Amino acid sequence: MHVPDGFINAPTSAVTGVVAAGAIAVSLRGARRELDERTAPLAGLVAAFIFAVQMLNFPVAAGTSGHLLGGALAAILVGPFTGVLCVSVVLLMQGILFADGGLTALGVNITDMAIVTTVVAYAVFRGLVKVLPRTRRSVTIASFAAALLSVPAAAVAFTIVYAVGGTTDVSIGKVATAMIGVHVLIGLGEAAITALTVGAVIAVRPDLVYGARGLTQKLKLRVNGELVDAPDAAPVPLAARSHRKVWITGLVTSLVLAGFVSFYASANPDGLEKVAADHGIDRKTEKHASSDSPLADYGVKDITDARLSGGLAGVIGVGVTVVAGSGVFWAVRRRRTADASPTAVENV
Amino acid sequence: MGAGHAHKLYRHGHSPVHGLPPHTKLAAAFAFVVVVVSTPREAMWAFGLYAVLLGVVAYVARVPARFLFGRLLIEVPFVAFAVLMPFVAQGERVDVLGLSLSVNGLWGAWNVLAKGTLGVAASVLLAATTELRELLLGLQRLKLPPLLVQIASFMIRYGDVITDEMRRMRIARESRGFEAKGVRHWGVLAKSAGALFIRSYERGERVHLAMVSRGYAGSMPVIDEVTASRAQWSYALTLPFAALVVCLLGWTL
Repeated sequence: MHVPDGFINAPTSAVTGVVAAGAIAVSLRGARRELDERTAPLAGLVAAFIFAVQMLNFPVAAGTSGHLLGGALAAILVGPFTGVLCVSVVLLMQGILFADGGLTALGVNITDMAIVTTVVAYAVFRGLVKVLPRTRRSVTIASFAAALLSVPAAAVAFTIVYAVGGTTDVSIGKVATAMIGVHVLIGLGEAAITALTVGAVIAVRPDLVYGARGLTQKLKLRVNGELVDAPDAAPVPLAARSHRKVWITGLVTSLVLAGFVSFYASANPDGLEKVAADHGIDRKTEKHASSDSPLADYGVKDITDARLSGGLAGVIGVGVTVVAGSGVFWAVRRRRTADASPTAVENV
Repeated sequence: MGAGHAHKLYRHGHSPVHGLPPHTKLAAAFAFVVVVVSTPREAMWAFGLYAVLLGVVAYVARVPARFLFGRLLIEVPFVAFAVLMPFVAQGERVDVLGLSLSVNGLWGAWNVLAKGTLGVAASVLLAATTELRELLLGLQRLKLPPLLVQIASFMIRYGDVITDEMRRMRIARESRGFEAKGVRHWGVLAKSAGALFIRSYERGERVHLAMVSRGYAGSMPVIDEVTASRAQWSYALTLPFAALVVCLLGWTL
């Protein structure tokens, strides 16, 4: 699924590049909060794990085999921020070192495979874990559903990017059908493997699974013959928790809204155009195309421009949301850390 | 790690291209690909000129053609996709050898093939002439966030270790008579993947402790700061500027 150079036009690649850079910046901060100074070695090793596990072949039937994409797995095992970082680093290195995926398409690839997959997977996972009973089995079920949805979500994201800035005039319906159809199948495999892998890790080291952190049994103390809840060792920093939730919800909502609104806004004129072409305006276009190809090109350009503006509006909307949100967030955070710094110094 | 920190794609050499500071090469390769992507697809000759430019770079870098073409095979999956395009694209159609093909699809296929191949070739040349550590230094020099570069460097350094670990687990499975044949065996493979994750994570913790015990405080010390003189910059940027001229000609002609 690595998108090469020349597949998506330059402006769209630039916009997705900005989106990817913004998301990576946010994840860098988030990951540092999740892992502190352990970020570099741990995220690096997890990235190496993702890189390696993508090479693990899962035989499907005679001759064919599939492999893990890893976005959902990363999100569930190490958390959404670190997950986005790890998959992005894998994609970056694949692009630069192995020429797998174009350099200018890095933005598209990261947005598609690192951000959308991971964020969708984690949102679905969190939602399900909240709803389902707090057992290990429900974590496995939730990771199945998360991985199942994350892969077609990436296909949808790719289709949207293609609708905005694709360089070939393949009808969006066809691209969507092909991409989503194939990726629902891939998603099934991904879901099974992810759920099995998460289950295997939970069986051995449940403390390592980020998504299963709430599941640990509370420590009980026997005081005078009756069981009493042990006092919590260290209260979780409140600010981090609440912000993360707000963040993910906001980002997902805005992405989904922007994506779908722009998708429908762009799909409608296209459908109309197709109907018009079917009902007799056909001849005129043919005349155009045969007499003067630039004119035909302009016609095409017009449509893509209309789409571009629609899609751009959505993407810019998300961008503005991200920037504004992070501005507020950073301001609040800075104040908090400034307040907390004297005690922190004492602790060290 | 036992491989001397040199990746398989790197070709040791002392050519002028090998000697350039890594960040100039990264910038040049990236600018070149951007220029290629923004060239109109109708200007076919421009892509020929780009290929010649890359050929000159490969010649100066003494990268043999066989190596380059061998590495280009990575884009095969998507050549297949490009071949499909003329059949599924809409618009005016033309008959070639009895097949009805879409003109727009043919242009699209050409567009993806030409730009994709040039992009892959540029990346291959970059990877072939730049050592891994240099590449990471170059990325840092180009103001990528240091944390991201650190993560990337850990991924690269331990990528081989983790892959080796996976290989050993495969050998262990196979020596016990296991052979993955179908979906029924996914459970075993997934357990291996889970074990691999735990081993990777625990190795990360150990690496971190080892680093802390050697004075790590969140950032890596930079021992050899790479710098580039004006001459080196202009030498490296010759490629994208030549490409830019071709691109502008392509737009005006």
